[in-house]
This record gives sequence, C-alpha cells and structure tokens, in this order.
Amino acid sequence: MSSLLEVRGLTKRFGGITAVDNCSFEVEQGTITALIGPNGSGKTTAFNILTGYLKADSGDFSFNGKKVEKPSPAKLYRRGLSRTFQQARIFPHLSVLENLVVASSYPLANLFRSRVTESDRLTAGEMLEEFKLSDLSDYRASDLSYGQRKLLEFAAVLMSSPKLVLLDEPTAGVNPVMIETMERHIRSRHAQGVTFLIVEHDMQLVMRLCDPVIVLDRGATIAKGAPSDVQTNPLVLDAYLGD
Amino acid sequence: MTRAGLLRAVTFFGALAILPLGIGPVWVVNLLIFTLMYSALATSWNLVGGYAGYPSLGHAAFFGIGAYSVAIIFHHSVGNGYSPFFLLPIIGICAGVLSIPIGWIAMRTRADVFAIVTITLLFIAQTLAFNLRTVTGGAQGKSVAIPPFGVEHFAWPFYYAMLTLLLVAMGISYYFRRSKIGLSLAAVKADEDKAHGVGVRVTMVKIVAFGFSVGIAAMVGGVWAYYSGFIYPQFAVDPLITIGMVLMTFLGGRGTLWGPIIGAFILVPAQQTFAYQFGGSQFYLLAYAAIFLLIMLVLPQGVLPTIMERLRAKSRMQQLASLATNDQEVAR
Repeated sequence: MSSLLEVRGLTKRFGGITAVDNCSFEVEQGTITALIGPNGSGKTTAFNILTGYLKADSGDFSFNGKKVEKPSPAKLYRRGLSRTFQQARIFPHLSVLENLVVASSYPLANLFRSRVTESDRLTAGEMLEEFKLSDLSDYRASDLSYGQRKLLEFAAVLMSSPKLVLLDEPTAGVNPVMIETMERHIRSRHAQGVTFLIVEHDMQLVMRLCDPVIVLDRGATIAKGAPSDVQTNPLVLDAYLGD
Repeated sequence: MTRAGLLRAVTFFGALAILPLGIGPVWVVNLLIFTLMYSALATSWNLVGGYAGYPSLGHAAFFGIGAYSVAIIFHHSVGNGYSPFFLLPIIGICAGVLSIPIGWIAMRTRADVFAIVTITLLFIAQTLAFNLRTVTGGAQGKSVAIPPFGVEHFAWPFYYAMLTLLLVAMGISYYFRRSKIGLSLAAVKADEDKAHGVGVRVTMVKIVAFGFSVGIAAMVGGVWAYYSGFIYPQFAVDPLITIGMVLMTFLGGRGTLWGPIIGAFILVPAQQTFAYQFGGSQFYLLAYAAIFLLIMLVLPQGVLPTIMERLRAKSRMQQLASLATNDQEVAR
C-alpha cells in the first residue's frame, strides 16, 4: 500500500501554544484512517494545515506522491483532497442542488456557462439520489435540519470525485439514526475507492469503522495501529485519562 | 428567461425608449437622464456590492476616469457629435483592465476594510484630478467641446446613451445571475473560506465582477462628462456619487436584479425635488437622508426583497389555508 498523504514534521504555533508539534503520519491509499486525541490535541489544526487554510510554521506534506508547495484550499480540492467542517458549512441561500453544483470544481471556461446546466442537474441529481436528498433538491439549504446539512456538505465535497476526504467530526451533534446513515455513506464511498481521514470523538464509531487509528496528543503522534491495539496502548490511555 | 421576466424588461425599456417623445419640459428629460444614470451606476455597483458582498466605495474613481477620458480626448472637437459615444466601449474595457490589479489587491481585504481601501481609491483619483494640471486642468476644470445637436432635442442622445448603458448593465447583471459566475459569487458572499474549500475560483470571479462593474461606471462617467460639458475634480470624482449608488442599491434591494433601479427611481427624483425646494442650501441632503432612513426602517431588507418575502409568506398562508379547508371537506 502506498501512502496517499504523507505528513512530515508539521509544526504550528499560536503565540506561546504549540498546537501541532513536529507531527508526522501517513494515510495509506484505500484506508479509513482515524485521527483521534483529547480535546486540544491539534486535530483540527492539522486538518486546517493539510487543506491549506493555515500555514504551517515548519514541516510539509505530500499528497498523491507529490509535495504540496504553497497549499491552497481551492487547488487542493481540485487535485482531489476534500474536507468537511466540524460545524457543517453549507451555503444557506443557495438551493440544495446549487450547493452541489458550486462544489463540482468545474473548469474555468464553464464560469461563463449556465448556472445549472443539464449535465450538472444529472450528476448532482445522482448524488442527491445517493444521499436521499432528491426531494429537497430545490429547497434552500437553510431549510435543512442540522443532520441534513452535514449530509449535504458531505455530498457536496464528493462532487469533485476526490481521492481523499477529510471529515471533521462527521457525526457530532446529529441523532443516532443520522450517525448510521453517515457511516453507511462513508462505507459505500470507501468501497468505491475513496480514502478517508476522519477526526471523530464517537469511539464506538471509530473502532468499528476505522483502521488504522492515529492518536495525537499535544500536537504530536503518539500511537498508530489497528483499533484494538490503540485501545490498549498505555500511552493512549494516559493521554486520555492521565494528567 | 421566464416569460414574465422578459415582459417586465420589454415593458420597462420600451416605455423608457418612447418616453422622451411625449415629454416637453427640458427639466423632466434632465431628471430622467440622471435617474437612468444612477440606475446604471447602482446596477453596476450591485455586481460587486450585491452579488459578491463587497461594499466598494471607490466606484466614483472609475466614474471620474471615464469622465476625464472623454473630456481629455474630446476637449477640442467631438466630430459629428456622436464620436464620444462610440468611444465608450473602449473606455469601459480600459477601465475594466485597469481595475484588474486594483481589484486583485483591494479584494484581498473584506467587508469594512475593503470599503475603506476602496474609498482611498476615490481620494487618490480626486487628488490626481486636482494636481495633474496639464492633463486635467486641475481645479480650473476641463471642458468638452460642445456637441452640434439641435436645441430642441439636445438632451436626447444623452438620454438614449444612458438608457443603453442601463440596458448593458442590466444585461450583464442578468447574465451574472444565470451563469456560474453568479453562482460562484453567491458562494463567495455567503462564506468565502468555505467557497475556497470547494474549489470555487474566488479571486477570479471577484476580479471579473469588479472589472465589469467599474467598466460600466466609467462608461456612465463618460456620458455624464459629455452631457455636463465642463467637469471639475470635486464633481467628477464625488463621494456623493459613490454614496448615491450604494444607497440606491441598499434601498431597492441588494443582490436583486431590479432593486438598484427601483432605488434609483425613488431616490434621484426625491433628491432633485428637495434640492429645488431647499434652494442652494445643503438642507436637501437631510431630507434625502430622511427618506432613506424611513424606507430602511419600514423595509430593512430593501424594497424588493421585503415585498417578495411578504408575497411568499402570503402565498404560503394561502396554501396552508386551502390545505386546511380540504382537510375539513375530507373530514366531512
């Protein structure tokens, strides 16, 4: 297995706090990798660096075998690295359909084409079908429930046929049925060859869905392995329970 | 385009096209010219301020650039009188191209910072107009050669030029709404960071919107200069022009197709009326502000969005009511 994402010595400081501290890990192609750790261990900061939202103080990373120079969110997205946000971020004034179309990373020339073309309608329609959102296609995204928004955001970032999807707490704040729905969609997309890197606090979900699991503590990787190994790793237990 | 939308546009522009034929008093035509001028300016401002959510206060700088272009090029002669009009597209394109580096830098800032950055453009342009005396004539002003139009219909070419520019602005505004530029701009307006994250070409669409927007403003400025005949820095690059287009867009409804025009058709006549009533004093500005405040108090989203929202609520109520009566009938 080759690694799709390779993180080398990433460091990020905010004032006196080192949020990510010389952090290195790999995400292998075809896995559902979890990134876990106690609150404030630097998971979201790492996500923000890997998706170009924050600049690392030092260290770098490669995506799909190529070192990423000057990471920018839009460029990374178009290269096949998508992400969702902890608080579902959608475009509330756009329709559900348009939320998908705007994320479909259309070529530059299409800027001057119709807002929603027939082929957009077709591809986005299939995605809405998959996520059982077809009935809501013409609703404003602001009319959706929180769980539906999370689904919509997930569906939208899949519009660019990404190789790697970074999910930041995909099941936080949604009801148990929606958690299962989300899990089903992750599994189905994984079966189609998409690699996932997931930050998640629901340990039951992590243990049954993800392999391997990477554990961060105070910005550094302290463990990596199969869920069962990580669960019994004294370093990990110490990070979560110790002082 | 929906049939109703097409009908609205044809009626509106058709009526305006034949309007001068039936109007005698010169002051009415004059008022209409300024109303059309501000309609076109507000519509163009809406591309950036409404669709992209970037409140530019620098548009008057480009208005002034267009005005001075016409004044400088046609200082001595205007040929058969129509040459300045034919030069407008080139002025528009040049202003649009000039705006690319400016927009690229200015649009790295957002919201209120962007407003402040762009207002400096206005003052830079005004200062240049005052001080580049050999080119602009400085505070002495710059004249445009007198057009050889007949006295009776002297204002008509200017009227139709403004009307054409409004049509162009509306066409572009409509096109933006229906294309992926508009979709991308809507995403930028709602959440720029998220838009980056889903691959939207944020910088590109912002610069495109800014370029088209200020290009139209420059063309309008060109017609204004020609119509005025004599331009001074403080009037060609005037904060009141910038504020005018912003207020009108806010009043009519930001980010809507017809809102800016509605705003202009309310505020320009109001402003002129008060200006006549209060004579030379600046009190008319107070009355003008009072109108604005009153409407924003009653219709905070602007005229058009508030009306649309009420209509939508009403039809929803009717739907619910008819559902309820159906239920009752079924129950019986």
